[in-house]
Amino acid sequence: MKKELKGMLTGLGVTFRTMTKPAVTVQYPHEREDPTPRARGVIALKEENCTVCMLCARSCPDWCIYIEGHKEQRPPRREGGRPRSVSVLDRFDIDYALCMYCGICVEVCPFDALFWSPEFEYSEPRIAELLHDKDKLGEWMATVPEPEPLEQGAQVKGKK
Amino acid sequence: MSHLLAFDIWGGWATTLTIKTVIVLAIVPLTALLLGYIFLLKMMSHMQSRLGPMDPGGFHGWYQLLGDGIKFLQKEDIMPAEADRRVFALAPAVVVLSTFLVFVVIPAGPRMNVASLDTHGSYDGVGVFYALAVSSLSVIGVLMAGWASSNKYALMGALRAAAQLIAYELPLVLAVVGVVIQAGTMSLQGIVHFQQDGEIFGWGGIGFPLILTQFVGFALFMVAAQAELTQPPFDMPVAESELVAGYMVEYTGFRFLFFFIGEFGTAFAFAALAATMFLGGWSLPWVHGSAADVLGPFILVTKVLLVAFLMFWARFTYPRFREDQLQALAWKWLIPIALVNILLTGVLKVAF
Repeated sequence: MKKELKGMLTGLGVTFRTMTKPAVTVQYPHEREDPTPRARGVIALKEENCTVCMLCARSCPDWCIYIEGHKEQRPPRREGGRPRSVSVLDRFDIDYALCMYCGICVEVCPFDALFWSPEFEYSEPRIAELLHDKDKLGEWMATVPEPEPLEQGAQVKGKK
Repeated sequence: MSHLLAFDIWGGWATTLTIKTVIVLAIVPLTALLLGYIFLLKMMSHMQSRLGPMDPGGFHGWYQLLGDGIKFLQKEDIMPAEADRRVFALAPAVVVLSTFLVFVVIPAGPRMNVASLDTHGSYDGVGVFYALAVSSLSVIGVLMAGWASSNKYALMGALRAAAQLIAYELPLVLAVVGVVIQAGTMSLQGIVHFQQDGEIFGWGGIGFPLILTQFVGFALFMVAAQAELTQPPFDMPVAESELVAGYMVEYTGFRFLFFFIGEFGTAFAFAALAATMFLGGWSLPWVHGSAADVLGPFILVTKVLLVAFLMFWARFTYPRFREDQLQALAWKWLIPIALVNILLTGVLKVAF
């Protein structure tokens, strides 16, 4: 009986103390809580790094990445050499109405063309407008934070 | 015979009656809004480390409940096809009626109550008896609602409510008996005056609030009132995880609003009864005469909010009892303690 009464009083104490402390709520539209720098807000595209290899589109579990591209001939590097063929990106869309923010596309990209940005305020009144084309995805690059510096003693890869 | 003519009537009791009716009709929803806003929306939120509504109305969401009320008025009035239509429609009115009737006797000042039930110049009324009697009318409305809804959840909820309200009616009444013995009157005005003019061994600095001697009665009254209001931890009749919303499950719109007003209006009424019987009601020992007429309601509301704070504090802290634990608490603990309290009060009253 004594134990129960003590428990009940402790419970009252907990609620009372919580009441006197400030609430943890952040009043979102009026005040903004900055997400952590590595938060998975939106995926940004660095277009010049993309080689239209389609790895991201094929690894996407939701099939929400749409890529189209074509090959172009470029003049040879050396005199008398063979003309180079490069892939040009025509379309790169991510449908954020389908995306589940798993980040596999960012992981799988071999040329560092996709990045996570902590930006999250891109809701739209119409669901079709959640399809971001490559220009819009390129705009998100400005919000991508700098990668954190390497740890002390880490091996730095030489740049080619 | 001239006093029976219409204009004469309107110069006399009919005007007073109309004014009193309008005031009670206006005050009950207001008190429900007051308690709902202060405690349900704001205090509960802060106890859960939230803020509650902040935007409606501009200042800390004061408009939220009014907006909810307007929303309820706009809603479609749905009645189940199998429902007993007249009983179904009448039930919320019965529940809210019992709330209104309790407010009739609660004094808000030396001359300010709808009806004190006293004869002029003496405290021989039966205000306490009346208040506790009409407050238990709501169980009829609850049973009507549950039965007429033709819904098994509603019926189960109503039966639980009936069992609970009847079980806790006893400790509620018995807890008050100690106060009545000590004050020597059943009139609420008389009890207030006893506490205002009383002295503690010749010292009248704070009057004689009966909570000092009747603290057991106060605790019992609060627990029983909590159960009468079907508030957590005694909210089995409306336990949403078991019975959806109990007897209210088929009600929408305006009729649901009635239950809401009934719930919080009754909470205010019970808090006002507790404040009147244990804390001195509208009185402060050094406030007399016309000052008491003006300040009385404010003092009463302050004390009511204090008592209501205790009620809602427990409501937002404790989880729900099991049905058998509920009955065991009433019959095995509260009623015996109340009886011992009455016995001791009687013995000490005779001894001193």
